[in-house]
Amino acid sequence: MKRGLMLLGSLLAVMAASLHAQSATSARNAAPIDLTGYWVSYVTENWRYRMVTPAKGEYRRIPVSPAALPIINAWDPAVDERAGNQCKSYGVGAIMNVPTRLRITWQDADTLRIDTDAGRQTRLLRFTARASSSATPTWQGESIARWERVPAPDRGGSLRVVTTNMRAGYLRKNGVPYSERATISEHFDVAPIPDGGTLLLVTTIIEDPVYLNAPYVVSPHFKKEPDGSRWDPTPCSSTW
Amino acid sequence: MLVDMVVRLGRLALVVLFAVLGAFAVFAQTDSAVLPAQFDIAGSWAPIATEDVQNDSVPVDYLGLALTDEGRTRALSYDESQKSMIERQCQGWGASYMVLGPFGLRISSQSDAATNRIVSYTIDAWEDWMTMPIWMDGRPRPSQHAMHTQAGFTIGRWEGGALAAQTTHLKTGFIRKTGVPLSDEATIDWRFFRHGDLLTVLMVARDPVYLVEPEIVSKSFRLSKTPLDFRDPCIPGFEGREPGDGVPHFAADQNPFIDEFMKLYNLPREAVLGYRETLYPEYRKKIRNTYVPPPPCANDCGVAGNFVRRRSG
Repeated sequence: MKRGLMLLGSLLAVMAASLHAQSATSARNAAPIDLTGYWVSYVTENWRYRMVTPAKGEYRRIPVSPAALPIINAWDPAVDERAGNQCKSYGVGAIMNVPTRLRITWQDADTLRIDTDAGRQTRLLRFTARASSSATPTWQGESIARWERVPAPDRGGSLRVVTTNMRAGYLRKNGVPYSERATISEHFDVAPIPDGGTLLLVTTIIEDPVYLNAPYVVSPHFKKEPDGSRWDPTPCSSTW
Repeated sequence: MLVDMVVRLGRLALVVLFAVLGAFAVFAQTDSAVLPAQFDIAGSWAPIATEDVQNDSVPVDYLGLALTDEGRTRALSYDESQKSMIERQCQGWGASYMVLGPFGLRISSQSDAATNRIVSYTIDAWEDWMTMPIWMDGRPRPSQHAMHTQAGFTIGRWEGGALAAQTTHLKTGFIRKTGVPLSDEATIDWRFFRHGDLLTVLMVARDPVYLVEPEIVSKSFRLSKTPLDFRDPCIPGFEGREPGDGVPHFAADQNPFIDEFMKLYNLPREAVLGYRETLYPEYRKKIRNTYVPPPPCANDCGVAGNFVRRRSG
């Protein structure tokens, strides 16, 4: 009898797990917050470092290491342009700070996709690990995502993303560098705007053993837009 | 016999229940991490000074703001010398200075002795910022005619794993040290997000008098293992202005510093003067062909810029 009960219990557990896996365990189904839709940068912070290209050699508020200084002082956008590196300031270390619109969609049940109109970049936030960590580094690197959920009855939550395996890039348009050894951690949170609308806050922590002495933390925010009517893709530019 | 069967069926039901619950629990854990509905916000939070709103407090800097004409006019009439008046030296800055100022946060909680429930959180004062209580006990707001203060009146609640709070009853003050005003009709909404040892405070300030759109600023802090060292209280002293000397100010169209910040960084006039369109990506495209970058940086190019130089000078 006991053996029978155990067998039955195990069978039911497998069935329940299978049902749960099919119905609720995809990242899309498990999302505690809705990030999909169109979002626009609302540039009320770091305006001088984001909306225009700052002076060559200026790196205020970024805790750079001595190794970064020669690169900062040697920055030449024309050289980057000629080398085909015009997207160097649109890499994952900077893209959320670039004044842009975001289009966030589910590429599949376990991959959140972020497209930007500035620089025409695409980020893929994967909720399931891939066996491709040795792949060639890209501007946007490889991002592993995980929901952080607040249980009922409060509900809500956050999205945590960790990105590695990216090409070296610029934190700012004027050539303040981050290396391919950097790790970028992000927390995506949403909050209502009291008079209507929704804000997306992306708290970003950039750690780089090569070009930073301490973590560089920024938290750009975006307003949700009703549709994509203002979506205006523009290519990367190293000069602007 | 019947009793025996009921007991067996009961056991069976229990086994089934635990098996199903167990399976769901195991799979739920693989989906995501669980955040607490409330977190411990009390403690010392050191500032992370890697974001910039104040631009080293150069006069006539309204970058990143969407001002009404009235707000712009009032800001242009401001003279920093007002802070030399003995009656204004310790006036301090308003609630928004929590995310605009360079200081950290020292936060404590207060409990009801009878119920042990948290009644309030208190953010301690700095030398130029008032203590701010966040009431968590559901008390009603005071009458709109009640006293308005620099810190205002703040009610908080937990929402979606964040502490949400709203401040009203603000005294007319400033939202920038450069004299950009915030009226006593303003409302500030706050969100405190905690991710590990990182606390990010999001401020949404609305003002029907001086702001066309909300001023939204976020600032991150790191949990400090040692209590933050706060300075002595502000003590006013003679700084060259006798009581009754009058309030230093400019006619708004004759502010002698109107071009200083623009020329320093070759910035467009409408951006420096806080026009709404300058906050959106379209504006970047609009000025693409007219903007001329400033010459290479020669002084104070590093981490904190002028602010540190001025304070230590």
